[in-house]
Amino acid sequence: MMDRRRILTLAGATGASTLAMPFVRPSWAQTGAIRVGLLLPYSGTYAALGEAITNAMQLYVTQQGGKLGGRAIEFVKVDDESAPPKATENTTKLVSGEKVDVLCGTVHSGVAMAMAKIARENGLPTLVPNAGAEAITRAMCAPNIFRTSFGNSQVGDATGMAMLKAGVKKAVTVTWKYSAGAESVAGFKKSFLKGGGEVIKDITLPFPDVEFQSILAEVASLKPDAVYSFFAGGGALKFMKDYHAAKLNEKVALWGAGFLTDGVEKAAGAAGDGVKTALHYVDSLDNAENKKFIADYTAAFKKAPDVYAVQGWDSMQLLRVGLEAAGGDVKKRNEMFGAMAKAEFKSPRGPFKLGTSHNPIQNFYLRELRNGENKYLGVAAEMLADDTTGCKMA
Amino acid sequence: MSLILVQILNGLQYGLLLFLAASGLTLVFGILGVINLAHGSFYMIGAYMALTLTSYTGDIFLALAAGIPLAFLIGMAIEWLFVRHLYKRDHLQQVLLTFALILVFNEAQQSIWGNYPKSIPMPSYLSSSISLTPELGYSVYRLALMAICVGLALLMMFVIQKTRVGRLIRAAESNPEMVEALGFDSRVLFRVVFAAGAALAAAAGMLAAPVESAYPGIGERVLIISFVVVVIGGIGSIRGAFLGSLLIGLADAFGKVFVPKFSSVLIYALMALVLVLRPNGLFGRS
Repeated sequence: MMDRRRILTLAGATGASTLAMPFVRPSWAQTGAIRVGLLLPYSGTYAALGEAITNAMQLYVTQQGGKLGGRAIEFVKVDDESAPPKATENTTKLVSGEKVDVLCGTVHSGVAMAMAKIARENGLPTLVPNAGAEAITRAMCAPNIFRTSFGNSQVGDATGMAMLKAGVKKAVTVTWKYSAGAESVAGFKKSFLKGGGEVIKDITLPFPDVEFQSILAEVASLKPDAVYSFFAGGGALKFMKDYHAAKLNEKVALWGAGFLTDGVEKAAGAAGDGVKTALHYVDSLDNAENKKFIADYTAAFKKAPDVYAVQGWDSMQLLRVGLEAAGGDVKKRNEMFGAMAKAEFKSPRGPFKLGTSHNPIQNFYLRELRNGENKYLGVAAEMLADDTTGCKMA
Repeated sequence: MSLILVQILNGLQYGLLLFLAASGLTLVFGILGVINLAHGSFYMIGAYMALTLTSYTGDIFLALAAGIPLAFLIGMAIEWLFVRHLYKRDHLQQVLLTFALILVFNEAQQSIWGNYPKSIPMPSYLSSSISLTPELGYSVYRLALMAICVGLALLMMFVIQKTRVGRLIRAAESNPEMVEALGFDSRVLFRVVFAAGAALAAAAGMLAAPVESAYPGIGERVLIISFVVVVIGGIGSIRGAFLGSLLIGLADAFGKVFVPKFSSVLIYALMALVLVLRPNGLFGRS
């Protein structure tokens, strides 16, 4: 039981917003902090991504005075280990155990699918700050699920356009044999084949195998103009280094979805020189939000932000829009979701808005890695939307 | 045709590196009877030691000279603190404790070196590539790596077959009580064997670091494939581990290119086949 005095203190703690609106009586639910459950990888291959997303979220909320929509924000973290078999259990831990008000996750598409299934059933406000699995904003789309990152095929689509523009005619695709890789390659083919390009062969290797030597030998024997690749993290770093050591880069240009270089720019060193990618962010973007974001993030965490941090940042921007529209009451779901679906704001990545299936419509930028930095070469695709095939908002 | 030759080279290269990682595991498993899940962690520690020590010494081989004794000492300490209590216990307890060690090592790695993948520079005199075909080059460091792995394999077989220490190790493996009765302290012997296993795994991690890089979770990948090597080769057999590693390396290289649909199951199918034909592995004793 909560006595009168405690309720008064809590109401006082929520501060100015309550006082500024004297005729809006705060409901009981509005007095405590909003609990945002973070289902993210804090260990394993994707730990760096989970860390960047979390950092940016905390930075945004701190800059807003610890509150969004007048309500204090409290983060509850669960390490999802990027393990799909544990995904249902970990999501339930947040939803039923911790009784979070908002669900936010994750990086691994397999884990995100399991999370989205639960989120669809109970209608909890849900933000997806990375996982690109198409189904989340296609067949499994829902009024309460919002993605602030990208669809896997969206990135491939944009890269394919850039490759055509660069004069690539014959390509080989290389990726891990898992759904994100397959969707990325399908997106690439969508624009590349339509524009008259030819894909000689699709090469896959088991996830997360990093023995690339035999595959590089095969690429060399096929003699394409370019390779389209989808890798991320430590595997991406090794792929670029092996590609360079095999001297393939001298004959066959290496292209990829931007995740190939992000987070490993410096580590790739000379091996990364000339690798071209497309992505919805590049740190040298010339806009005020980006400059401030980079300066603040670097000051707070002593390292530069990356695309994952931008996605985390924007998921809190989106949550803010929703909470402000609902007056800080997560139970007012119609108001909250309605405002979020229509949200348009300035992001470090450029203009941000959502399509009908709640996937971002955004610019994709062509970048080239040189001396450990991604150089901005221009826009690869302007305000590109992902397909909404199979999405029926209930 | 040239693709086949290149794949043979790739397979041998991968296999030799696997041997280095798996040889320590087979020694510890065969002689101490301990299932050491933390073996992959020693590989991971090696990779990250290469990162730090190379930044001080400027050369991976100097880093190796400092890192191997260091890994040996870490192995001694882990044996003294934890593993020696496991010799008389069942496999379940061994698995439990060494799994806990994985978690501890991973947590330590995260807090010391962070989550982002790190690159370890190749020595400048080995960083070039030679041309195998007009389109394909091959890293000189990888070729040097093959030579080093063959050298280390020969050295290990020599130590085990021809030296006094090797005779003691083989004796302790088949009959520890008898070795004790003859006046040797098997506790010291076990500690040395465990530390040698750790040092071998770390050496593999260090040598591979310039091509593999260092990133979280790198040890677990090596652990699983090392167990496959040990099972194929026969528990405790260095010769078996050598042959098993090469078999897996070749199966992997050819599988990925010629039967890509089955490449993920190919090495496990190979393991199953070996177990059907020789239940104790290629060189295992019944």
